[in-house]
Amino acid sequence: MALLDLDPDVVATARRLAALAAEPVVDIARAHTTVAVERATLRLAGITGADTGHRAGDVPWVNRVVDTVREQCGLEHGVVTPAFHALREHDLATLTDLAEATAAGQIRYRVPTGADARRAAKAGRTAVARGLRTVDRNRAQRDRLVARHGDPAQRPWIYLIVATGDIDEDVVQAANAARAGADVIAVIRSTGQSLLDYVPEGATHHGFAGTYATQENFRIMRAAMDEVSKEVGRYIRVTNYASGLCMPEIAVLAGLQRLDMMLNDSMYGILFRDINPIRTFVDQRFSRQVHARAGIIINTGEDNYLTTADAVEAAHTVTVSQLLNEHFAHEAGLPDELLGLGHAFEINPEVPESFRLELAHALLARELFPDAPLKWMPPTKHMTGDVWKGYLLDGFFNLAGLLTGQSILLVGMMTEAVVTPFLSDRDLALGNVRYVLNAAAGLREDFRPAPGGLIVKRAHQVLDEAVDLLDRIVRDGLLPAIADGTFGLMKRPPDAGKGADGVIEKADGYLNPASDLLEGAGAPERSASGLMSARRRASAEHAKREDAGSAQGRERPENTEGATK
Amino acid sequence: MTKRHVRPYGDTTGDGMVQVSFTLPVPPGPKADGAALQLATKMGLDPAMVVHSHGIGDSFTFFVVYGSASHIVDLDAVTVVEREYPLLSPSEVNGAVRKSLRRKLVVVGGCIGTDAHTVGIDAILNIKGFAGEKGLEYYRELRVINLGAQVSVPELVKRARSEKADAVLVSQVVTQRDAHILNTREMSAAFNEAMGERRPVLIAGGPRFDPLMAGELGVDRVFGRGTTPGEVASFLVHAMKGNA
Repeated sequence: MALLDLDPDVVATARRLAALAAEPVVDIARAHTTVAVERATLRLAGITGADTGHRAGDVPWVNRVVDTVREQCGLEHGVVTPAFHALREHDLATLTDLAEATAAGQIRYRVPTGADARRAAKAGRTAVARGLRTVDRNRAQRDRLVARHGDPAQRPWIYLIVATGDIDEDVVQAANAARAGADVIAVIRSTGQSLLDYVPEGATHHGFAGTYATQENFRIMRAAMDEVSKEVGRYIRVTNYASGLCMPEIAVLAGLQRLDMMLNDSMYGILFRDINPIRTFVDQRFSRQVHARAGIIINTGEDNYLTTADAVEAAHTVTVSQLLNEHFAHEAGLPDELLGLGHAFEINPEVPESFRLELAHALLARELFPDAPLKWMPPTKHMTGDVWKGYLLDGFFNLAGLLTGQSILLVGMMTEAVVTPFLSDRDLALGNVRYVLNAAAGLREDFRPAPGGLIVKRAHQVLDEAVDLLDRIVRDGLLPAIADGTFGLMKRPPDAGKGADGVIEKADGYLNPASDLLEGAGAPERSASGLMSARRRASAEHAKREDAGSAQGRERPENTEGATK
Repeated sequence: MTKRHVRPYGDTTGDGMVQVSFTLPVPPGPKADGAALQLATKMGLDPAMVVHSHGIGDSFTFFVVYGSASHIVDLDAVTVVEREYPLLSPSEVNGAVRKSLRRKLVVVGGCIGTDAHTVGIDAILNIKGFAGEKGLEYYRELRVINLGAQVSVPELVKRARSEKADAVLVSQVVTQRDAHILNTREMSAAFNEAMGERRPVLIAGGPRFDPLMAGELGVDRVFGRGTTPGEVASFLVHAMKGNA
């Protein structure tokens, strides 16, 4: 039931403006590729491993190949045809063999033409399709395991972070957390991984304030949580991060290792990591196509806006970012049920009525995105060393999440900003969540904000401000708006930032079988499962909603409660 | 007038009462409670009371303990290190820069030499920041130019000059054959040669630097492991005032 009485026309206008703002950026994303997209494609085609003999340390084979192709014949036509042509020309069995020969200086890459080009394209497509079949199998396996072990008994799902730097320790902590009630385990990454232009290899044991995202670490955690899922009788989901310079590759590795959720924001890297805007939008689009195929729930990073700006003043920037993230996600083929749009409980607790304002913002997100598994994130900015006050604040955060029907609840730690959480901090934090979910399980039924009251009025105001900002962005253009510092205080011009030299304009003959196979809602080539057709229906709904102009807001279900189950 | 000798205050002067909580890697049960009591006694709590314990999984137990601390604090023996500059909030830093410079303070940063580890410089400069504090990019009155990894010293000097840098931050993580020391000395020498007295404030940072090495390295300040952006920003304000 809608509690805020939002004007469907205003909601429709907001979505229309978000689509208009995103359109030129999507065109740019389609017209370019990046070194990371090309590497992700070869990873789908089966390349693995690293050159351990290189003097700069372990360099993934895929980086050696893509860098060499770029050097010798450019990436304007994509890496696939030069690589698969060389494979055939030198009669090599695998891409890894090709990489070794490349490192030995035995390969001279060129863009093939005529029949050579057609053969290389076909071989590339076959290899990439094989990789996608693994992704599809993993998705089907997840569905089977969810059916066998079950989903969490309650909403919101309880999401907990572990971060030791050592994947083996992470497994121990994750298993304990799951036994204590966590439904989703996120392994936070080592500081600075988002700025590495390669994905490290193998199991790692020495991260900085987090554990490196590697294919092997993904495999280890997923396998361990499969065991724990059996034990606790519910499917434990595993989360990692696809932000940074390697978004597409990490998305592929997540799909290959059956991760369940990935942090993936359309603008986080640009704003908070100073990654080149074009690089980010190109990488983001491809990575989201991969997530759509893999059935992975994305988590967007709107919490970051509120930690850098005032959470009341900047509330509408969260809504704007959610709407842009929604549009970019739909465009890349992600249906609503995979959109973990983010927001956070970050209002200064000294502000009068701060809790009611939090409820207004959280409820606004819930009613704007009734079918999305919203991710609700705990206070961090106003957590101090006063752990008792922090524990109380986290209790209110949990209550707000429950009352407003949030879908995924990131568990807050009372020792936030003090130490990396102790075992006991996690246990106490989960106790806090359990108490609130138990004591107020059905309270949402009684939560009816007064019509015209502070909560309703505040939600309307934030939505109006969001529409105004979107209007300005449409007028100025999204890239110029980013360059001018519209979001937060960060000015990020489109030609600057990290990874800018990894962006390549596609030539006319550009070929990427992964992109070809992934275009169009991420639907697999082969027969669709029941879930798949549900996804198709959902995508069709979006298409309808976006095409229908100003009337479409009413098409959304009246009952928002059903949407969160 | 505060007395020289004090004890913790629970509800009566001199009762010494404190509360602590901790976890032991022991399964819950009477033995665990006994273990907690023993630890509390060794910590100087006498008498100690385990007022709460519960198991975390099968092999850990969490305790809340109250007790009277037998130790006495001698206030005359308390010495604190006074920081030579105050730690400022971002808005205080912005205010101070506005007031003293009437323009933005320009910071150029990077990793010099062959060092490709930008973790440190990014933690200080990127808006994402470090340890819950936003990086220098977040400060409205600072203009930050992050040159990233493997910046050559001549390039750094050139860029600092063209950007009219007020301060230059270099980060050094790699310490093989004292590379961090040699690189930093080369950097400070180059700035002194090129710009003399008018050189920007020079700051070096990295996990293996000793803050006492500033003079030896020819820089104005050295920051070691665990430095937060706020400390660097506060120092910049302090250094600006010194030069004004």
